[in-house]
Amino acid sequence: MDNSLENIVEQAEKELMSADSLSVVEDIRVSYLGKKGVFTRQMKTLGSLSPEERPKVGAVINQAKQKFQALLEQRKTELETALLAKRLTEETIDVTLPGRGQSVGGVHPVTRTMRRIEQIFNRIGFDVAMGPEVEDDFHNFEALNIPSHHPARAMHDTFYFDEHTLLRTHTSPVQIRVMENQEPPLKVIAPGRVYRCDSDITHTPMFHQVEGFVVDKNINFADLKGVISEFLKAFFEKDVKIRFRPSYFPFTEPSAEVDIECVMCEGEGCRVCGRTGWLEVLGCGMIHPEVFRHIKIDSDEYTGFAFGMGVERLTMLRYKINDLRLFFENDLKFLKQFN
Amino acid sequence: MLVNEAWLKEFVNYSMPIDELTAKLTMAGLEVDSVEPAAAEFSGVVVGEVLSVEAHPNADKLRLCKVSVGSETLDIVCGASNVREGLRIPVATVGAVLPGNFKIKPSKLRGEPSNGMLCSEEELGLADSADGLMELPADAPIGDNIRDYLQLDDTIIEVDLTPNRADCLSIEGVAREIACFTGEALIAQSVGDIAPTIDDVVSVKVDVPEDCPRYLGRVIKGLDRSVPTPIWMQEKLRRCGERSLGPLVDVTNYVLLELGQPLHTFDLNKIDGDIVVRRARSNEILELLNEQKIELDDDVLLIADEHKALAFAGVMGGAQSAVNDETTDIFLECAFFTPISIAGKSRKFGLHTDASHRFERGVDPELCYRALNRAIELLTSIAGGEVGPLTDATSANTLPTSNVVPFRYERIQRVLGVQLDEDVVESYFTSLGMTVEKSTGEWLVTAPSYRFDMAIEADLIEEVARLYGYDNLPQNSLNISGSLASVEERKQPLDRIKDLLVDLGYQEAITYSFTDEKSLELLTPNADVYKLQNPISSDLSTMRTTLWAGLLKVMDANIKRNEETVRFFETGLTFVVENGTLKQEQVLAMLATGQAQPEQWGDASRAIDFYDVKHDVESILALNGLAADYQFKSGEHNALHPGQTAELTNSVGEHVGYIGLLHPALESDFDIKKPVYLVELKQQFIQIKDIPVFHAVSKYPPVRRDLALIVDEKLHVNEIVDYIYKQYELVNEVIVFDIYQGKGIETGRKSVALGLILQDKSKTLVEQEVEELIATLLKSISALFDAQLRE
Repeated sequence: MDNSLENIVEQAEKELMSADSLSVVEDIRVSYLGKKGVFTRQMKTLGSLSPEERPKVGAVINQAKQKFQALLEQRKTELETALLAKRLTEETIDVTLPGRGQSVGGVHPVTRTMRRIEQIFNRIGFDVAMGPEVEDDFHNFEALNIPSHHPARAMHDTFYFDEHTLLRTHTSPVQIRVMENQEPPLKVIAPGRVYRCDSDITHTPMFHQVEGFVVDKNINFADLKGVISEFLKAFFEKDVKIRFRPSYFPFTEPSAEVDIECVMCEGEGCRVCGRTGWLEVLGCGMIHPEVFRHIKIDSDEYTGFAFGMGVERLTMLRYKINDLRLFFENDLKFLKQFN
Repeated sequence: MLVNEAWLKEFVNYSMPIDELTAKLTMAGLEVDSVEPAAAEFSGVVVGEVLSVEAHPNADKLRLCKVSVGSETLDIVCGASNVREGLRIPVATVGAVLPGNFKIKPSKLRGEPSNGMLCSEEELGLADSADGLMELPADAPIGDNIRDYLQLDDTIIEVDLTPNRADCLSIEGVAREIACFTGEALIAQSVGDIAPTIDDVVSVKVDVPEDCPRYLGRVIKGLDRSVPTPIWMQEKLRRCGERSLGPLVDVTNYVLLELGQPLHTFDLNKIDGDIVVRRARSNEILELLNEQKIELDDDVLLIADEHKALAFAGVMGGAQSAVNDETTDIFLECAFFTPISIAGKSRKFGLHTDASHRFERGVDPELCYRALNRAIELLTSIAGGEVGPLTDATSANTLPTSNVVPFRYERIQRVLGVQLDEDVVESYFTSLGMTVEKSTGEWLVTAPSYRFDMAIEADLIEEVARLYGYDNLPQNSLNISGSLASVEERKQPLDRIKDLLVDLGYQEAITYSFTDEKSLELLTPNADVYKLQNPISSDLSTMRTTLWAGLLKVMDANIKRNEETVRFFETGLTFVVENGTLKQEQVLAMLATGQAQPEQWGDASRAIDFYDVKHDVESILALNGLAADYQFKSGEHNALHPGQTAELTNSVGEHVGYIGLLHPALESDFDIKKPVYLVELKQQFIQIKDIPVFHAVSKYPPVRRDLALIVDEKLHVNEIVDYIYKQYELVNEVIVFDIYQGKGIETGRKSVALGLILQDKSKTLVEQEVEELIATLLKSISALFDAQLRE
């Protein structure tokens, strides 16, 4: 390579090293490789050389040009790397700052429990039915074998609008309404609000129940025991100890109260379970022939069972809530604990 | 009901420990609520006699007593007013430990030595309160340990009886159950007939034998009223929750507790002529024992004489015929009133008594004779007296007959799912005192008179289940028969909408369905309300016509607890009377107030406004895929700001609900200081979901044109938007991206910036086409909406 080319490359390298941006590098590229660039001009001088010299000199120029190109690429990479590094530094943020946007709310704990109950029963094919909350005496009492002077009416402190119209005291009237309109076989649950004229530390005038019932040709008490036991185990996600003991509801016979081993003390006996080690969680029984008679289902052909549970009670046990009244105060600090 | 073990053991001699007994009772359907000792723990208390009482030299209210406890005579200072010479009392001697770990030590009271303490019932834990020393009978053996003397090492069991087990409302009844499941025999307490010693009778005339099939009574004269109730009787009554009120009352209470038969005592000298059992006359007045005057109706059964009402049959005696401390001659009533004649009456007048509790559930109609004899035997043994002959007004044709219940053996398997031997089933029945007559196919089972709850086959099946043991009955997984049902795709589940609102930052509330009438009048003045006859309080007296009443209260309570932003939703029924009939309608309500977003760095804070809440409603509609089917238009609602109320209607113009700002005029009524946005939507119209039908996606590029139009400030922008959609098929989407008023815009006008997205399904739009479309569009909009293009 002759001196002049070496000088050109040397000069170009100096220029490239002092270039501080990609646009300057681009200008340098144009000034050397462009149409009027240094190397282009050099190539044009080849025409005046003899055919023997031409390839030799051409090769020398190309060598210088390649060296320049290598230097150019190197500088370009250096500048790009520096630029990226600068951008990354500039764009670095405090990732520990809280995120922005809308907060998320939640459903009421009673809804949370009702959904779980519904899910469990839906899995084995129970339908969900609803009924009116202002009920008539027939559906709330009469058809459920609770005639007007029945002592069991004293167990239901009823809100009345007039002699025949009341706020339902339980979800059992939905049982009647479904059976009036549908033929067996039936597998239904009926969740909803119920009302009793009672208000103290352990009673609110409104609360929630889930009623359930099954009517078919071969339903017996063993099926009832199975469904209830499986439900309670599924609900508490635990192999909870369960006992069935005789009780009385006018609309079932035989009737049973179902106790589970106290979830607070595991059966040792504590304040919550009144030191008995057991907690009453639901009532159930075989549907009373008198109920079938009211809705004209042949009780010799069909049998069925029904059960009813208090949603607040199950919610309290599941989440260890100690005061029933919290449910209807709707204090955000309480509600948000269940989001 | 309270029963004590010692009394039970007089009827059945079982030997199992108390824990086992109570577990068995509970599992037999007689739920044990609690088990308590008959007396609290104490020791060192003996029977003593006050030998002398002298004044205390340094204290007016204290006395210096010499008390014999048999082995020695003690000096004891006592402050009780009833302390007197010769009185026998419980004495806590030095070293005694009283309930509450109170230790008795030798001491000096105002300078006088006192070696022990004379005790009241309260101090021994036998009563909640006492106004003096416990007075023991004159024959109480001095020096005997009081626990032995009163047999205090006993247990009180509280049984919670279901209404069907009225046969267990007595010591004998519970003992009968225990006998049945232990196999021990019930010890018969035989009472012989009591021969009359005088001829006095009161005749009884029963006008209503259907209400009172049996009425027995006897006269007793010359009772010695100076004799107190024996201590053993007082103690039994106490353990079963009754106060001692003298032998006349105590004996009837005792028989009621022991056998379950209510009795009533009349002062013989206050009865005028014959006794008449009849229905009350309308508006007849009766003054009761508790001095309450009640106005009766003709559904009330009355015991009367020839001139006046004497007693509310089966519920409570009357004041005018009541016994008092001077009464020596009585007429003792022992009757059977039918449950239906008594049921509901005590509740109606707020008079729940031991008698009404039993009569309305049912009493054994055959028990009267035995119970009357038992009462007379007890009373005359305490207070002497001469007994007249029995008056017996029994009407055989209205008396309940013994229950013969047909029973099909195979129903056991069918209902209980267990195969039991015929012999086992039969033995269960006989152990319950029933008789069984077996014939082919059907058995005839006759229940004893006290098991009047046995009426149908199901009652017998329940008894079999009870005796076999509910825990021993088999258990199956439900054998599911069923077919797959269709899933209604057109219905949006309410839970899905709730979840959307949760994601949008709303918290679900559940408020009472009744509230105060005033709130409802303010929020929905035109709605006819539905009111409770017997509300808990006036604040909870009226069924809600809107869910806003509850949500506003809940919001207020939370703001008072320093919450700044409150977003609630609730679902449930509203209750409105329309044309005389009640309509119960499912609605979804929302409430939002406070900041649009939680306080955070970065974005400037901003209060929630109408459009935030509208967005949330639009989200529900979008979720259903039907946003375009609904219309928001200016609406009117009494509770909402007239300038910030939108009514939502569906594609066929049905009213779906309202969104709006709470009317400023109502702010003070609800104690509200910040704007509150409210929504109420009918669930039936928002739970409808679209089933999509596929259409081909255009392959050709969309073109956007932005237009800024100046229009009257009162013009509803959606009128232009709807117009464009309707008229120009090529316009795929209209975006409202700016609304501007102020500098550069004439007062009374506003600038509306619209972004139009145009796209053809079958070709690429050329510039000229777009220009032409925009030009026509501008021309028609300018004419229709008085709009001009903002330059």
